[in-house]
Amino acid sequence: MTAGAPGRAAPSAARRHLREALVAWSFALPFLILFLVFMAGPVLVSFVMSFTDLRLVDIHHPFSVNFVGLDNFARLLGDQKFLKAVANTAFFVIVGIPFTIALGLGAAVGLNQGVVRFRAIFRVGFYLPVVTSIVAVAVVWRLLLSADYGVVNTLLGFVGIKGPDWLHNPATALPSLVVMAAWRNMGFLMVIFLAGLQGIPALLYEAAEIDGASAWQRFTYITLPMLRPTLLFAAVITSIGYLQFFEEPFVMTQGGPLDSTLSVAFYTYNQFGFGNYSYAASMSYSLFLAIVGLTLVQFRFLRSDS
Amino acid sequence: MTRADAIPQRKAAGAAQTATPRGGRRWSLGSVWLHLALIIGLILLVGPFIWMLLGSFKPTPEIRQIPPTWLPANPTVQNYGDLLAKRNFPLYFLNSVIVAFAVTAGNLVFCSMLGYALAKLRFPGKRLIFLLVLGMLMVPGVVTFIPLFVLVSNLGLANTYLGLMLPFLAGPFGVFLMRQFIGELPDELIDAARVDGATEYYIFARIILPLSGPALATLGILTFLASWNSFLWPLVVAGEDHYTLPVALALFSVGQNSTNFGLLLAGAVVVVLPVLLVFLALQRYFTQGIAMTGFK
Repeated sequence: MTAGAPGRAAPSAARRHLREALVAWSFALPFLILFLVFMAGPVLVSFVMSFTDLRLVDIHHPFSVNFVGLDNFARLLGDQKFLKAVANTAFFVIVGIPFTIALGLGAAVGLNQGVVRFRAIFRVGFYLPVVTSIVAVAVVWRLLLSADYGVVNTLLGFVGIKGPDWLHNPATALPSLVVMAAWRNMGFLMVIFLAGLQGIPALLYEAAEIDGASAWQRFTYITLPMLRPTLLFAAVITSIGYLQFFEEPFVMTQGGPLDSTLSVAFYTYNQFGFGNYSYAASMSYSLFLAIVGLTLVQFRFLRSDS
Repeated sequence: MTRADAIPQRKAAGAAQTATPRGGRRWSLGSVWLHLALIIGLILLVGPFIWMLLGSFKPTPEIRQIPPTWLPANPTVQNYGDLLAKRNFPLYFLNSVIVAFAVTAGNLVFCSMLGYALAKLRFPGKRLIFLLVLGMLMVPGVVTFIPLFVLVSNLGLANTYLGLMLPFLAGPFGVFLMRQFIGELPDELIDAARVDGATEYYIFARIILPLSGPALATLGILTFLASWNSFLWPLVVAGEDHYTLPVALALFSVGQNSTNFGLLLAGAVVVVLPVLLVFLALQRYFTQGIAMTGFK
């Protein structure tokens, strides 16, 4: 195919390969240096750190740090606050993921109907919260959810419901944060699902309709199975985000009331703030392992598919 | 010809009979309910932003009023005046802009360079590099921030712009995106330039980059957005004169300004409005990003 090339390359193919490799590495090097120093490196160091007793006071004296084996992890298992944070984070993921997926899927299926007018406006509007800062959104929602002058409780009041003090009640604070997260993220999943829905052949629906399948049957027997890879992708990408939820409790509740919204990421940040670096690192690494585990589960599901 | 023609319409006779020009679609009962649900959804998703914008023009006592008002009774720009004059927000805005532009530029340059090498050049270590980058795609900031903080403080870069930017100048997502995109460009173009004696650097700068416009635009916008909204790292590393907007707003909202609602809403507007405008102007790039990473 490259008829002209051999003439030039004839002197030495080996030399040309070497040149190409050198050029390629010169393209790769700037990225790799930054990447290794500021990303891959810290991932490793974080791992090592979680087996030491590094604290704030040791930060400039790395040689005064001792290895303590699994002490930090053993301490985690006995730390009631950490266990509470794990439970909260698990709740956030286990309740938040299906909820967000249901909302995103509902919006996508709705918008995918042929009859919908002004589709672009709905799509942009539903996606809007996704691009905004969680901090800003959390500030707004903190006010919306306020017990007395909050808009949410005022609207509930119109239909005769006396809303609770959402963010100051241990029973409702965490669910409130879940709802807000779903509100913010459903648009992202909607876009992914819309792309997935486009990939389902219209022929399938036509055949099912001719056979007399109801809309609900078409949804459960065609849409859901055909969307399976998309749903798994959505579940994993969302759970990676949800496992790290941090801004919401930071702005809205500071982890309270009674630690009911304390997340693993927020507790990690708190311990870091107290100067307990290695202890915080062991927490963040546990979180990382949870994320890796979830991702592996995803790959298994996808592989068995193809 | 179209599906709507082929399928018998089982619509209630009472439903509106006004057929649209193409396809013979009608406002059936089902589609009315569907639109109603979509409109309610739209109100729930966009409403809080409108309330935020309107609230930022209300004095705090009006925001705390029972029942709450919708439109400001006495519109005031006092909250914005406070942000500008007394709370250093122009500086925080500038910090956010500087960091976001630098991080975006870094990713455009470094990720497209490596993306080109991975897509079009043969060299030892290529597979390893790609796997490494791919493996780091999902590494959460909460895992790296502690060693990063130790490193950055030891370099004397805590509370500096460099300290804020460095960890984000070269991210794996950009490499993934650029490699996908450049990989689809025809090899013939590159071979032809090589035959003409062009160096790889020339080919990269004059052929690959100009053809990668859509990918660069997508990467640029997504990176800018991520940097603008990023929170944990700037919170950890920035002192008061290097706060970015989300950090300043978050610390306001939990600190002594926590009950100054007018100020908080105006601050939220300052954080949100620039990205909303960018998003509304350039929205096709946002969904392109999802398509371009090879995910369908």
